[in-house]
Amino acid sequence: MTSTLDHPTLVAPTSVSSTALRVTFQGVGRSFDGREVLRDVDLEVTPGEVVAILGPSGCGKSTLLRSVSGLDQPSAGRVLIDGTAVNGLDTRCAVAFQEPRLLPWQSVARNVSLGLPRGTDRASGSARVAELLELVELDAHRDLRPREISGGMAQRTSLARALARRPGVLLLDEPFGALDALTRLKMQDLLLDIHGAYPTTVLLVTHDVDEALQLADRIVVLGRPDDATAATVTQLLTVQGARPRIRNDEALGRMRSSLLASLGVDAHRH
Amino acid sequence: MSTDSSLDTREATPTSTSGSRIPGSALGRIGLGALVPLLVLALWQSATSLGWVTSAQLPSPASVYSAAVDLIERGELATHIGISTQRVLVGFAIGAVLGLGFGALVGLSRLADALLGPTIGAFRAVPSLAWVPLLILWMKIGEDSKITLIAIGAFFPVFTTVYLALRHVDKNLIEAGRAFGLKGIKLLTTIQLPAVVPAIFSGLRLALAQAWLFLVAAELIASSMGLGFLLTDSQNNGRIDRLILAIILLAVIGKATDALVGLAERWAVKRWA
Ligand SMILES: Nc1ncnc2c1ncn2[C@@H]1O[C@H](COP(=O)(O)OP(=O)(O)O)[C@@H](O)[C@H]1O
Ligand SMILES: [Mg+2]
Repeated sequence: MTSTLDHPTLVAPTSVSSTALRVTFQGVGRSFDGREVLRDVDLEVTPGEVVAILGPSGCGKSTLLRSVSGLDQPSAGRVLIDGTAVNGLDTRCAVAFQEPRLLPWQSVARNVSLGLPRGTDRASGSARVAELLELVELDAHRDLRPREISGGMAQRTSLARALARRPGVLLLDEPFGALDALTRLKMQDLLLDIHGAYPTTVLLVTHDVDEALQLADRIVVLGRPDDATAATVTQLLTVQGARPRIRNDEALGRMRSSLLASLGVDAHRH
Repeated sequence: MSTDSSLDTREATPTSTSGSRIPGSALGRIGLGALVPLLVLALWQSATSLGWVTSAQLPSPASVYSAAVDLIERGELATHIGISTQRVLVGFAIGAVLGLGFGALVGLSRLADALLGPTIGAFRAVPSLAWVPLLILWMKIGEDSKITLIAIGAFFPVFTTVYLALRHVDKNLIEAGRAFGLKGIKLLTTIQLPAVVPAIFSGLRLALAQAWLFLVAAELIASSMGLGFLLTDSQNNGRIDRLILAIILLAVIGKATDALVGLAERWAVKRWA
């Protein structure tokens, strides 16, 4: 499998109907029990764009992402998808979490089919699942249970499940955060392949600066401005260059230092 | 597949997790399990034939066996066993179904929990045998009072395990289900119920043991048939051979029904956990 992941043979999607959707944050704020976590987040994500969200742990990255999927409601402002406000659970989105969150009692294939939109007929549903399993290179493992596969395979299953609903917006909350370094690099390549095959809008939360630089069109840094309690957008960078990018490119290096500095890390030590 | 060489090989099957394996698989296990009962039988035989105890204290295995043959020939043993098993199964079924229903209701609905939780908790605090006099007063000494008592005994283990298991279903899994558009009944049948299937089976197993316990209690106190009746009746008539026979039968039948539920439990854990 290593070799095929290195040189991916892409499956041409037979029936892509997903259209990438625009996501707009308008003055989004969120407080929990009077404690303000996020405030005044304004951001426009264009259709098909990959935007990475960076920020220290606990600054509200997941909360921001949950406001797009409708798993959480902002206490101020609103989020629009394709011009309409998110109100309750939004089926135009699909989520992959940091943990795979697969049903332990179902096979890999059945877990993927959980992501199919309601009302998908059986034949097109199983064709879709087969196609996705091939894309994430799990077709040989379709009948295994989650406990029988590795962490990387489980995370690929979770990605395939998210793609099953042909989301207009793909929300990834530190999807590779728990994987070992090598697997993580392979998963990043896979994500680029997926985005090539299904060019949807991607919001990717990560705490890995290099991952953001490798994958994103733009990078949003969430942080708390001096002596503020709530986090907001403190930096918005556009990353130049077609992907896959040379990992030790000089321009990327400068961006990397600046990002690390804004996250409060001394870049010369890393 | 080098990235996946860290393949998670933890398996759920009990045989592979227990460190040292018992030789000879299933047959070997049965053989080993029978070892201690056979030793006890041998000890019992020697105790009676070597005169360590008098036959008034402990009759020999052979006389217990002939007591069994005698009861079989009179057709009484089948009646005792039949009626006891029937009571256990009916009471267990009623208690288990009610336990499942109430456990699911109280475990899933905050409102039902607030409304019923304290009351059910108070009922559980009553030692179940305290119901006996009341049940007999209300329902006389018929089948109803016994089956009700057994159902009460079977209800609580099922109720408690289902309720607690539903409360502890992985919040992350439920959130993932919601994120993929599941809600209400669909969420229940796709995630919450499957997640508690193993717990349901262990609850059923406990409930079955309780059902046998309460059967004996009910039959000891008031009945004219059944294994519990055989116990009291033999005690009153000084028939210690029959008394021991009844105990052995309770052990064997109880163990057999437990093994059946145990099989179902193992299947459920393999399928659902
Ligand atoms: N449901 C909730 N109730 C109360 N506080 C919450 C809740 N969800 C998140 N928070 C708080 O909001 C802050 C941001 O959380 P989160 O968005 O998970 O951060 P991140 O993903 O950036 O690590 C944290 O301080 C967390 O404790
Ligand atoms: Mg988070």
